[in-house]
Order: sequence, then structure tokens, then C-alpha cells
Amino acid sequence: MSANGLANGHMSARNVSARDGVLAKVRQSLRDVTANSSAAREADYAAIPRDYIQQGDSSRETILSLLSSRLQDYDATVYPCLRHEIAHTVAVAMKARGKTSLLHPDQLPEEWLPAGYAFSRVNGLPYSEIDRGEGVITGCVAAIALTGTIILHHGSVDGRRALTLIPDYHLCIVFADQVVETVPEGFERLAGMATLPLTTVSGPSATADIEMSRVKGVHGPRFLDVILVA
Amino acid sequence: MSVRVGEAASAPTFAVAAKSLMGNEQLRRNVRNATQVIRGKRASVVGEMPDWQQLRDTAHAIKDHTLRHLDSYLIQFEENCTRAGGKVHWARDADEANAIAIGIIRAQNETEVIKVKTMTTDEIGMNRALEAVGITPYETDLADLIVQLGDDKPSHIVVPALHRNKMEIRELFMRKMGLAELGTRPEDIAEAARLYLREKFLRVPVAISGANFAVAETGSICVVESEGNGRMCVSLPRVLISVVGIEKVIPKFADLEVFLQLLPRSATGERMNPYNSIWTGVTPGDGPQEFHVILLDNGRTKVLADSVSRETLDCIRCGACLNACPVYRQTGGHAYGSIYAGPIGAILTPQLQSMEHSQTLPYASSLCGACYEVCPVKINIPEILIHLRNKIVENGDGPSGERLGMKMAAWAMSDAASLSTARGLGRIAQMPFTNNGSIHHLPGMMSAWTATRDIPSIPAESFRQWWARRKRERPV
Repeated sequence: MSANGLANGHMSARNVSARDGVLAKVRQSLRDVTANSSAAREADYAAIPRDYIQQGDSSRETILSLLSSRLQDYDATVYPCLRHEIAHTVAVAMKARGKTSLLHPDQLPEEWLPAGYAFSRVNGLPYSEIDRGEGVITGCVAAIALTGTIILHHGSVDGRRALTLIPDYHLCIVFADQVVETVPEGFERLAGMATLPLTTVSGPSATADIEMSRVKGVHGPRFLDVILVA
Repeated sequence: MSVRVGEAASAPTFAVAAKSLMGNEQLRRNVRNATQVIRGKRASVVGEMPDWQQLRDTAHAIKDHTLRHLDSYLIQFEENCTRAGGKVHWARDADEANAIAIGIIRAQNETEVIKVKTMTTDEIGMNRALEAVGITPYETDLADLIVQLGDDKPSHIVVPALHRNKMEIRELFMRKMGLAELGTRPEDIAEAARLYLREKFLRVPVAISGANFAVAETGSICVVESEGNGRMCVSLPRVLISVVGIEKVIPKFADLEVFLQLLPRSATGERMNPYNSIWTGVTPGDGPQEFHVILLDNGRTKVLADSVSRETLDCIRCGACLNACPVYRQTGGHAYGSIYAGPIGAILTPQLQSMEHSQTLPYASSLCGACYEVCPVKINIPEILIHLRNKIVENGDGPSGERLGMKMAAWAMSDAASLSTARGLGRIAQMPFTNNGSIHHLPGMMSAWTATRDIPSIPAESFRQWWARRKRERPV
């Protein structure tokens, strides 16, 4: 019986025996594996071949245009802009979607939000209130060009998970220096954040469950726009 | 303790089930169309990856490594998940896992749960177990919803309702959701599901998920999906229960960079699926504040014990082998009598049940090797099929007359495990049956095939051998 099993005060005696039972059977099934010290395990792990592409070699310009085209493949609208144009571009995107108000995480920089539109903080809002919102504006933590993926870490600029999930429209601000080329580079960016809640978003929600024809928009936001800040 | 894989123990044999399904033209057309579409999409997005083979090699090596050290990684996962506020439970079989889940739901005084697509809970028959004690499970994946409302069975790992066409689904939704009108476009049907389920997402406080990956290093769970129903289930309810097969553990967080490239391209032909959720224990102020993981054995340790077929547990449930399989494409998934259909089902289902049931499944293959070629984690399914046939024959349970052939197969396979060897072996094995380049009668199960037709025998020289010789003889 492990100390860990006991530390979890909710474990019943039956579950402790299930734990021991499963682990005993695992060990019994692995009798052919003799090198099972932790040092041997680590050496074995280190020996795993990793000949796949880890770092891309494209130019910044190519990477950014690749991200744009991949996002457009998913029917997202991409608005390139300069840093001082963010608020203006937010207004352009909202106008194009016919939105007059958006929700946002509490610590979203004020200077991103244009005058003439309504924005509200969502701290503590119940789901039903979020559901009534017209949409949401957030930042992100990283983006992967090759797969058209935006990564949210549910912190100060991208908010708790419900915020980017319940509304039907998500407007996401992505900075050029957040964009990497490959999936491994994306995971490298996340290295220090592995235990935060993470969501990767590649286009709006979709299903192909009905005769394999792609339907955009099921339960997650059906509309995604991206402002790509140089 | 008893291992249960859906209702596979009482399912008819593959040959019997397949025969009746072959008569269902509608079903066969749906399956054929759907698999053709996915295969085309997969081929195109796999084709753009210059390092696809290297990714497969790494994935196979990671899985192989993890399984050989599974006890350590499971303990590591448990420690890290517990430290992050999760509660880890262990279940030896289906009944234990279901009892744990029911206990958690009852402790909340709840009678409804929302569910994200999970093969594992299908395997252990969780919905029935919940219903039996008055708990209503709502499937939230569109295809699973179609299967649940239709009181149907899943026929594909990734697209469970692939055997149903649009008009069948529309009729089902109108009837079950009480809709007077519903459009005929897939968009209209998806919209109906959105409205039907949204109310449940926002209201039901307990969710059940599976896991695509469980990260030992961090105690994190990763759920891969498309519709957003997964995100709804893992981030809105107050309580979350994840049922995780013990083989789902991977060593490190960064290993996800390999699997999250292979899985979407193999499963749905997408460069990346719309959503991946990764979470670790409980995050104050965000998502479920009570999180349970049920680590499930249910026969997996038996599979682990056989060092030849152990790699069956590498499977990441992408379904590519189903779409590639000429047998599956003819019969559809129901013929396999198990929630795990196609080539992977043919090796997984009988092994989970200690080779005591579903023994005809390893014969539900022509050993063409297409499954191995598309498998993103390089499971050598043809080799395992032969290995299992051998085991069945050794036990004296298999079709008679095949024992000698299987012994030869075992010998050849232990010597060199490549497909080209298997083909070479085929050339030797067919000798007694070949006459003027055609095979008129095969023994055992295969006799049904040759009863009505001749098959060309395997030529003395394979294309690869001819090509190699041609290059040697006519260097460019």
C-alpha cells in the first residue's frame, strides 16, 4: 500500500486493493523487462529517436502569411495591423460582424478597446450571462502557423475557459512574436505553463459526423476572427 | 472480477454478423462513402508532412517505452494529478469503474451527467450501468448523440454514426427531440443538436470524459475533439470524472507534440482538430472544482503480458486502420460485434477478453497490410493477427487444418517480422493448394471464399523483388 494512496483520504479499502491489484498485474506482465530502475528508465527515454522536424526554417514573413492562410482555410477572417492600430482594427472587425458589444477578460489592456462600442469585464459572471453576450475579445499565449492553431492558457489576457467557449463569436488578438512555425515549437513555448489549463483552437468548432460533410460551428464559437499584430 | 468489452462476449461470430450486414446496401453505401472521404483527406494532409515517418517512429518508441515502464508512469501520473487537486481511483474491471463513477455522482445528489465521446466508457457499458441506478447520461458528441437517441451501436471509432445517412438522422432527431420541422442540410441537423445540448451544458453539474492522453510528468489529461462539446464538458460542470485506460499515459508533456501531430491527420484528415483541452487537477476559479480520474485495467494488463502483441496498447484510437481496411469497408463496424471495430478491433477485442471470446476476429482480415501502413503509431497489426491466430490454433480452438500453417507462420515471424517475409511465407504456405497459378480450394475458414471463386496465387516473385531485380539488372 503506497503512502500516496493513503494520502488521498477518499480512497476506500476496496480502491486501495484495486490499485495494488492493477499495479501488481502490470508488474507481473512486464517480467520480461529487466532494466526497470529509474536510471534505466530515464536512459531508455533519452534514447527515443526524435528525428522529426522540431524547428522550422521559414522566414518570419512566410510564417505569418502561413498562419493567415491556415486560419482563412478555417473560415476565420484575419486582420493584419500595426501595434498602434489594434483598437481601430477591433472596431473594423466588430463592424464587419455587426457586433456592438463584447465581453473581455478583466485584465485585457484598455488600449485595445475602441470607443463607441460596449465592452464588459466577465469576472464572476454566471454562464447564463456569458451565453447572452454577443461575443468575446481576448489575447492568446502562442500560435502555430503550420496548423493554424491559437493557444489559450486562460490567464490575464485570455480569461477563464468558459469565456472563450460559451459565446458564439471569438475575436482574438495575436502578436507576431507569439507565432511559431511548428507544433514542437508551440510546445516549447508552453514548457513553463504545462499545469495551467490550456486550450488549442484551430478554427471554429466543426463536425463531419453527418455524411462526412464539414459543418462549421457546433458548440464552441461558430465565428472566429484574428487580429494579427505586426 | 470480469473483463467486459461492450457486449462482445455474446456477439455472433464475424462471419455470421458480416453475412447479414453484407445484405444491407444502404449501410454499405454509407460506410463506403464515408471511409472514402476520410481516406482522401488523410492522404492529402499526411502527404504534406516531410517528417511523417520520423513522427511515427518516435510515437511508436514513446509508446513502447511507456508500456515497458507502465507501473512507474502510472504512479507518477497519480502523484502529480493528486498534488494538483485531482482524485485518482483504480478499477480492475468494468463493474469497479462503473461503481466508482456512480458513487461520485450519488455523493453529489445528482441524477444527470453530460458525457464527452469516450470509447472507454462504451467498453465498460457505463451508460447502462448509470441508467440502471436512475442516472441519465447525455452523450454530447453529435455522432454519439445519434447513436444514443437511435438506441444504436457505434460502428466506427472516430465517426460512430458513419453508418447513418443524413435523412435517417434528420428523422431520428425530429422524433426524439419533438421537432415539428427540421431542415435537410447537415447545418440544420447540427443546429438542432446545438440547441438541444446547450441547455444541458449550462445546467448539468457533473460530466464524464475519457482521455486521449494522460501525462505522467504533470498529471495532466488531454482531450482531443472538434465540436466544442469536449470543452463544454471538461470546463463548465462543477464535477468532472475522466475514465482513463491505463495505456493512455505518456511520460512527458512535450511528448504531446508528437501525438497531436499524428492523431488529427490520421483520424479526420485535419492538420489540427478544432480543439484540444489540456488540464491538470483543479484550477481555482476556472472549471470543475472536483476532479476524479478512474484508471482502468479491464483486461489491459493481460494484453501487456504478451510481449509480441503488447503494442496493441499503443493505439491512439484514430480509426485510420478502419478506413484503410478492405474488409471493414465492406462490412462496416457492426460485424465486429465490439465497440472496437476494424483491424485494431480484430486484435484488441479478443485480447482484452483473454482470447476467450471473439476468436473469429483475428480471421477478419486479408493480411493486406494497409492497416500497418496508415497506423500513426506503427502497430504491426498483420503480425499480431497472425500471432493471435497462432494462439487460437495452439489452444485447439481455431479452425482445423490450420495448425501446421500457423506453426510455419510462427517460425517465419520469429525469424524476421517484416511484411515481405509474410508474403514470402504466403508463397510457401499456398503450395499445397496451388494448381496452374490459381487456388481453387483453401482450408478452414477460407474455404467459404474459394467455394465460389478461384483466387490467383501469390506470384513466385513479388513486385518489390521484381523491381529490385530490374534495378540490379538494368542500372539507370
